[in-house]
Amino acid sequence: MTLHLLLTDILVWVLVLLFVLLGWRMGRSVQIRRTWHRIFRSKVAMASAVILLFYILFALLDSVHFRVDNANEKNALREGEIVSLLDLGMLHRKHYSERTYSAPFALREYTKSTVVDEQGRARQRYLPLCYVKDGDYIRQSVLGAGLGLLIALGFILVHWVWRRKREEETVLPWLSAYITFALLFMLFGCMYVMSFSYHVLGTDKVGGDVLYASLKSIRTGVLIGTLTTLVTLPLAVVLGVSAGYFRGWVDDVIQYLYTTLSSIPGVLLIAAGVLTMQVVMDQYADWFASTLERSDLRLLFLIVILGVTSWTSLCRMVRAETLRIAKMDYVTAARAFGVGKMRIMLRHIVPNLMHIILISVALDFSGLVLAEAVLSYVGVGVDPTMYSWGNMINQARLEMAREPMVWWSLFASFIFMFILVLAANLFSDRVQHVLDPRNVS
Amino acid sequence: MFAYIIRRVLYAIPILIGVNLITFMLFFMLNSPDDMARAQLGAKQTTPAMITAWKAEKGYDKPLFYNEKALGIEKVTDTLFVQESLKLFAFDFGRSDANRDIGREIRERMGPSLSIALPTFLIALVTNISLALLLVLFRGSMLDLSMMVAAVMIMSVSGLFYIILGQVLFSKLWHWVPISGYAHGWEGVKFILLPVFIGVFAGLGSGVRWYRAIFLEQINQDYVRTARAKGLSEIRVLFTHVLRNGMLPILTGVVVIIPSLFMGSLIMESFFGIPGLGSYTIDAINAQDFAIVKAMVFLGSVLYIVGLILTDISYTLFDPRVTL
Repeated sequence: MTLHLLLTDILVWVLVLLFVLLGWRMGRSVQIRRTWHRIFRSKVAMASAVILLFYILFALLDSVHFRVDNANEKNALREGEIVSLLDLGMLHRKHYSERTYSAPFALREYTKSTVVDEQGRARQRYLPLCYVKDGDYIRQSVLGAGLGLLIALGFILVHWVWRRKREEETVLPWLSAYITFALLFMLFGCMYVMSFSYHVLGTDKVGGDVLYASLKSIRTGVLIGTLTTLVTLPLAVVLGVSAGYFRGWVDDVIQYLYTTLSSIPGVLLIAAGVLTMQVVMDQYADWFASTLERSDLRLLFLIVILGVTSWTSLCRMVRAETLRIAKMDYVTAARAFGVGKMRIMLRHIVPNLMHIILISVALDFSGLVLAEAVLSYVGVGVDPTMYSWGNMINQARLEMAREPMVWWSLFASFIFMFILVLAANLFSDRVQHVLDPRNVS
Repeated sequence: MFAYIIRRVLYAIPILIGVNLITFMLFFMLNSPDDMARAQLGAKQTTPAMITAWKAEKGYDKPLFYNEKALGIEKVTDTLFVQESLKLFAFDFGRSDANRDIGREIRERMGPSLSIALPTFLIALVTNISLALLLVLFRGSMLDLSMMVAAVMIMSVSGLFYIILGQVLFSKLWHWVPISGYAHGWEGVKFILLPVFIGVFAGLGSGVRWYRAIFLEQINQDYVRTARAKGLSEIRVLFTHVLRNGMLPILTGVVVIIPSLFMGSLIMESFFGIPGLGSYTIDAINAQDFAIVKAMVFLGSVLYIVGLILTDISYTLFDPRVTL
C-alpha cells in the first residue's frame, strides 16, 4: 500500500498544522490561556468539545488515503483502489453489501422476493442476508462496551497522571469530559463489535451498510464546516482590516464588493457557482483518474464556493471593529513612534479582532454542516456518489413514502448530524458568551 | 427624506451592475455561447454553421465585453454584457430553455410563493416575540432554562427532517392534511397549513433566542429601572417599554427580508409541490436552465436591496432621533 493523499486530505492536514501552530503560539500568552480557561470552565462546553474532537478524529482517520497495490482474496481489496484508514477499519462492511434493504439487526431482507423452490413453484420469501451471523447480542454488546470503556479508561488514566505530574491547579471540569469520552468510546465500541455480525443500522437500497455510510459522511460534514473557514478567514480579515484601516477609496471598493455579493441570495449564488463548475468538470472529464478523485475535487470546489459566498458578514464586522480600534490611543501612539502600517495592522489590530473571528468561525460551523444537507437536496451539493448526510437524507425522502417505511437511513443521518450540530451549537454558545465584550458583567 | 430615497435608489444601480457582472461571468465566460448552442442543439451532429446560426438567432453572436468592430461608444455598448444587463434592468428576462416567457412565469408564481411565505413570516414573528417576552418575564427560572435548551435542540436539526417528519406524521399516518399540492383561494388553505406550521416550528429555536437576547439587553437599561420605580407592573414594563424599545433592533432584522418573501422558500415549495418561485428555481437548477437561474439571481438581489432601503425608511418612522 502506498500513501495517496487526495487534495482535500492535504488541505485538512494543513489546517491541522495551522491550528497546532496557532495553538502553540497563543498558548504562550497568559491572557489567551485565561480566556480559553474561561471557555472550558463550563461543563457543557467541555462535553461538547469532546464530542467535536471525536467527530474530528473520524474525519482525520478518513483523510489518510492509500492506494492498494497488494490486493488479494484475504484482505478483500481491489487493485488500484483508494482506501482510507477508516475504510481499513471497516473493511468488513465496505465491500460485502447485501442485495437490498434490511432493517437494523435483521437476519433477513426487508422485502419479499420471488424464489423458485425444488418443486418448481414460485414463492414469496424473505431471503436471508448474506453477511450476518446470528449470535448472542447481549454478550457482544457488553463485550464491545466493555472494550470501549477499557480503552477510554486507559486514555483517561494517562491524562490524569500527566495532569498530576504537572501539578497544575485546575478549575476545569475534567470529570464531565472524562464521562463524555468514556460514553462515546463505549457506544462506538458496542456498535463496532456488533458490526462484525450485524448491520447495526440496517442497509440501504443497494444493500450498503448504513453505519458505514454514516461514519464516512462524518468527513464530508466536518470538512465542509472547517475547510470553508480556510477560504473565508483570509478574505474577510484582509479585506475587512484594509477597509477599516485605510478608509477612503479602498473602503469604498471593499464595501461595494461585499454589498454586491451579499445582495445575491446565498443559495442561488452557490447554485450558480456549482452549475458552472459542473459544466467545466463535464468538459474536462479526463482530468480525473477515478470517481473518488472527481468527487473529491467537486467537494473542494463546493468548499471554495461556500467560502467565497459567506465571507461578507464577517468582513462587515471586522471592518466596523477595525474602524473602532484604529481610533484608539495606543494605535495613535504606535503611529507616532513611526511603526509601519503593516506592522500596526498585524501586531495591534488583528490580535484584537480574534474574538470576532472565533465567534464567527464557531457559529458558522454548524450552519455549514446543515447547509450541506440542503444543498444536496437542491442538487448543488457534494457529488451524488460521495457519502454525505445530505445524500442520505435525499435518498431517505423517497424511502419514507414506501409501505412499510424504511426509516433507518433517515434515522442514522439524523442522529449523526444532530449530535454534531448540537455539540457545535453548544460550544459556540459558550465561546460567544465568554468572548462577547457585551457579556463582561 | 425624498432626496435620500432617490440617492439610495441611485446607489443601488452600481450594485445591480455588479450582480449582473458576477452572474454574467459565471454563465458566459465559463459556459460560452458556443457551449450553450451545443447543449441546446444536442451534442451530436452540430456543425460550426449551425452554431453560428443559433447564436445569431438568439443574439449571442456579439463579443463579451469589448466590440472592436463597432464605432465610438458602441465599442462598449454593442456587446453581450451590456445587452443582457439592459434586458434585465427592464425586467425582460427572456425565454427559458423550454421556450416560455420567464417574466410571465415569475408573475404567475409569486402568488403561491407569498401564500406560504407571508403567513409563515407573520405567525413566526408573533409567536417568536411572544415566547421571547414570556421567557424574559420568567428569566432565570426553570421555564426559561428548559425552553432555551429546547431552542438549541430545535436549531440543531436540519430543516429537511422537520419537513419529512411532518409529512409522515400529519399526512401519511394521521391523514390530517394532504401530503402536497396547491389550490387557489379558500380551497388551498388545507394545503398550506402543514408547510406554514413546519416553517414556523423550524425557525422557533433561533427566533426565540434572537428576540430574547434583544429584550434582555433592554431590560438592564436605566429606563426600565425608572419604570419599575414608578411602580409599574413587570408585565406593563415589558409590553409598553421593553417591547417598544426593542422594536428598533427587531426592525433591522425583519424589514430587510419582507421583499424577499416573494422569492418563496426553495425547500418548502418543492417538498409540498407548491407552484411558486422557490420550486421554479429548484427545477431550473436541476434542469441546468441558466436563463431562469440568472433571472432569479437578479430578482433576488433587487428585492434584497429594496429591503435595505425599506429598513432605513422604517427607522425614521419608529425612531424620531434618526433623520435621513
